Formats: sequence, structure tokens, C-alpha cells
Amino acid sequence: MTTITVTVNGVRYTSDVEPRLLLVHYLREHLNLTGTHIGCDTSQCGACVVHINGVSVKSCTMLAVQCDGAEITTIEGLAHNGQLHPLQEGFWEKHGLQCGFCTPGMIMAAADLLKRNPNPTEEEIRHGLEGNLCRCTGYENIVRAVRYAAEKMAAAQAAD
Amino acid sequence: MIPAPFDYYAPTSLAEALTLLQRHGDDAKILAGGHSLLPAMKLRLASPSVLIDINKVDELRGIKVNGTVEIGAMTTWSAIEHHAALAKACPAMADAVGLIGDIQVRNRGTIGGSLAHADPAADMPAVVLAVDAQIHVEGPNGPRAIAAADFFTDMLSTALEPGEIITSITFNSHGAGEGSAYAKFPHPASRYAIVGAAAYVKLENGQVTACRVAITGAGPKAERQPAVEQALIGTDGSADAVAAAAAHAGEGMDMLGDIHASEEYRRAMCKVYAKRALLKAIERAR
Repeated sequence: MTTITVTVNGVRYTSDVEPRLLLVHYLREHLNLTGTHIGCDTSQCGACVVHINGVSVKSCTMLAVQCDGAEITTIEGLAHNGQLHPLQEGFWEKHGLQCGFCTPGMIMAAADLLKRNPNPTEEEIRHGLEGNLCRCTGYENIVRAVRYAAEKMAAAQAAD
Repeated sequence: MIPAPFDYYAPTSLAEALTLLQRHGDDAKILAGGHSLLPAMKLRLASPSVLIDINKVDELRGIKVNGTVEIGAMTTWSAIEHHAALAKACPAMADAVGLIGDIQVRNRGTIGGSLAHADPAADMPAVVLAVDAQIHVEGPNGPRAIAAADFFTDMLSTALEPGEIITSITFNSHGAGEGSAYAKFPHPASRYAIVGAAAYVKLENGQVTACRVAITGAGPKAERQPAVEQALIGTDGSADAVAAAAAHAGEGMDMLGDIHASEEYRRAMCKVYAKRALLKAIERAR
């Protein structure tokens, strides 16, 4: 067992973990943060995307011990004071999901994309979400949801 | 899927990592970005009893660009992708890196890890061959440099000796009249290269005076394409000359055939992608 200390969605946790414990299992089974999903388990589908120190990663392909000292954000940490993140709102408004299984990873990946490129074209959104697979929507409404969020975030920034 | 148990070390210096590797020998694996090793461990294709995670070895990270490009082995694809001076110094590398996996894979995957793994469908082996890079390693007998041309020995096999760790990759920045490019046909799900081609050319007074082409994905290891290179050198680099030269791509190579693409199809794609990479490299050299 190895002792790690991580901050997840602003809360500090100290845990004893086996080195082979995957980050996604740590989040889901040790911290009960089940919003992060396990899809393909082979780093292709993106259902398990979370942010480590602000950078998006596939949590099925990282060890929990590698996150010692890190700040982690999961889908549960995106809304603030009951206010949905513009991406969450966008997926709602634009019907960016059907079964919803890919949605947490899709939103976390899109959040990283918008941080690097606040005003992406449709093409850039599609390229930026290459690591996330959706089997329901055909992606059309997902792209619209990300555009919705980009516009909303730009408007909010302009108002500041 | 859960890996078999292992002991975990996270050294903070290269010296410490080398000592650990020396101590644990064949039982140990170096963990870089982990996007090849961890999936292999989850599938129990690899079950090292010791994992030496070198992500905290900061001396192995970083990019320096002047007349020479130097990239630390633990530099992520993402850091390479967003380095403007590097993209100018070697456009082929920028082309290739933007096509690796996806954003999350590029946030973790490292150039040194990829080269050491030597996946036959990885992109970077073709690029380091085309730019004639040196791969710097350090081991129990000190540091040494291995030419890219000597580095890839077979499928998933390299000239690295037991106990050695890749420390950096160096190559010359492109100057006037030099250009390079990478073109690939990616597998639609994994983004690995079904066939990928990297090309470097030098033009002087309208003539091609130097050319290096390498193909990845098609065979058990990335390989230079001497027949293509010889056919192009001395020509004017016109579209016809490129097409004639690229027709030699894949000559003498063992082709892989699998459910994704037959041997015959890969052989055909070698010519197509060699041509595309060369045309782009020449356009950039002009």
C-alpha cells in the first residue's frame, strides 16, 4: 500500500492505495464519484476523462499513485453553487446526449478544448473530441452543445 | 481490467532511476506516459514486478530549438504540438504529433516512451528516421547516442541495452531550402498509422540534393526507403519526379497484413502516402 494525498473537486483526501489501482477505480470505488465512467477501458472511448492539474486525461490509463499531490476535477466538480457549467447547460439545451454514458467524458474533454481554444470551429470541435466516442447521437448535437458553451462563455467574459 | 501487482517507485532524478533499473533488472519496467505500457499491463501482456515511474524526473523534459533541436525524452506530445519554434524547425514532427491518438493521449504520451516501445504503427519512428535524429540514452556504462537508422531493430525491439533509458532526441533544424512533412492513413478508432510516411528534402538551385523518406505502420518496424530517396535525388522535385520516386515506396519491406488492411493494400498505400509527404515537404522547401 502507498499513501497518496489528492484534492478532488476542491476536497482533500488521503488514502492508502495499491500501486496497481487505476485512477478511475480510485475515483469511483474509493471516493464514490461515479460520474466518471468506464467505457472501453482501453483509452479509446474517453468516457473516463477527468482533469489532472487542469489537463484532460483518460483516468483508465493512469495509476492513482501517479496523482499523489495533484488537483483532480471530475464531472461532479464542474457545476458551482448549483449553477451548471455552460457545457453542462449546452448539452441540456442542445440535446447533446441520448443514453448519457459518454457525456461526463465528453464534457470534461470539451472543457479542456475550450480552455485552449475558446472559439473553436465545428471542424476544430470534431478534431478536439476525437478521443471521445458516442454511440447514440451521431455527434451533431454534441458539436452544437460545445458551440453553445463557447458562445455563452464568450458572452459572460464580455459582460465582465 | 486490472494490472498484476507491482512495486512502484517514482524517482526524481535520472541517476536514481538508473540505479533502480540496475537493481531490479529484467523485473522492472520504466513507466513514461503509460499509454502503451499500462494497457499492456491491464491485458496482462506485460506483468513487471517493479514499475519505475520517471514522470517526476524533470531533467528529462523540455524542448530547445536553435540550429539543433533537442527534445527531452519525457516531453509530452502535447508540449511538442504547441511549440511554435519546433514546428518551424521541423514541420514533419508537427504534422505527426497533431495526428497521434487524441488530445488526452497527447497530454500523457511522451516521445521517449514511444520510441523505446517501438510500436510498428507509431508515427514518431518514421519522423526520427526522416530527420536523421540521434537518440541519446544513458545506462550503467554512461551516456551514448544511437542514430535513428540503427535504433529500430524489429517489431517492438530497439538497440536499447538493458539498464538504459532514453534521455533526449536531437536533430538539425531545417534551414533554407529544406522541408519536411508527415502524412498518414490512420486507423479510424485508434489513430495508429495503417501506413504513415515521413519525408525530408533539401533543394539547391531547383534540384533535390538530399532526401530521406521513412515508412511506418506497413511493416514490423519503421524503415527508410532508399529506393525512393535515390530516385528523387538529382531531379527537379516536380510532381512527375515525385510520383516516379514514390512508386518505389515499400520495396524490399516485409508488409504486415491484418484485419485492418491486407499486405497488398498497405503496399499500395506506401506509395500514396510517400508521394503526399514528399509533395508537401518539397512545397515547404521551396
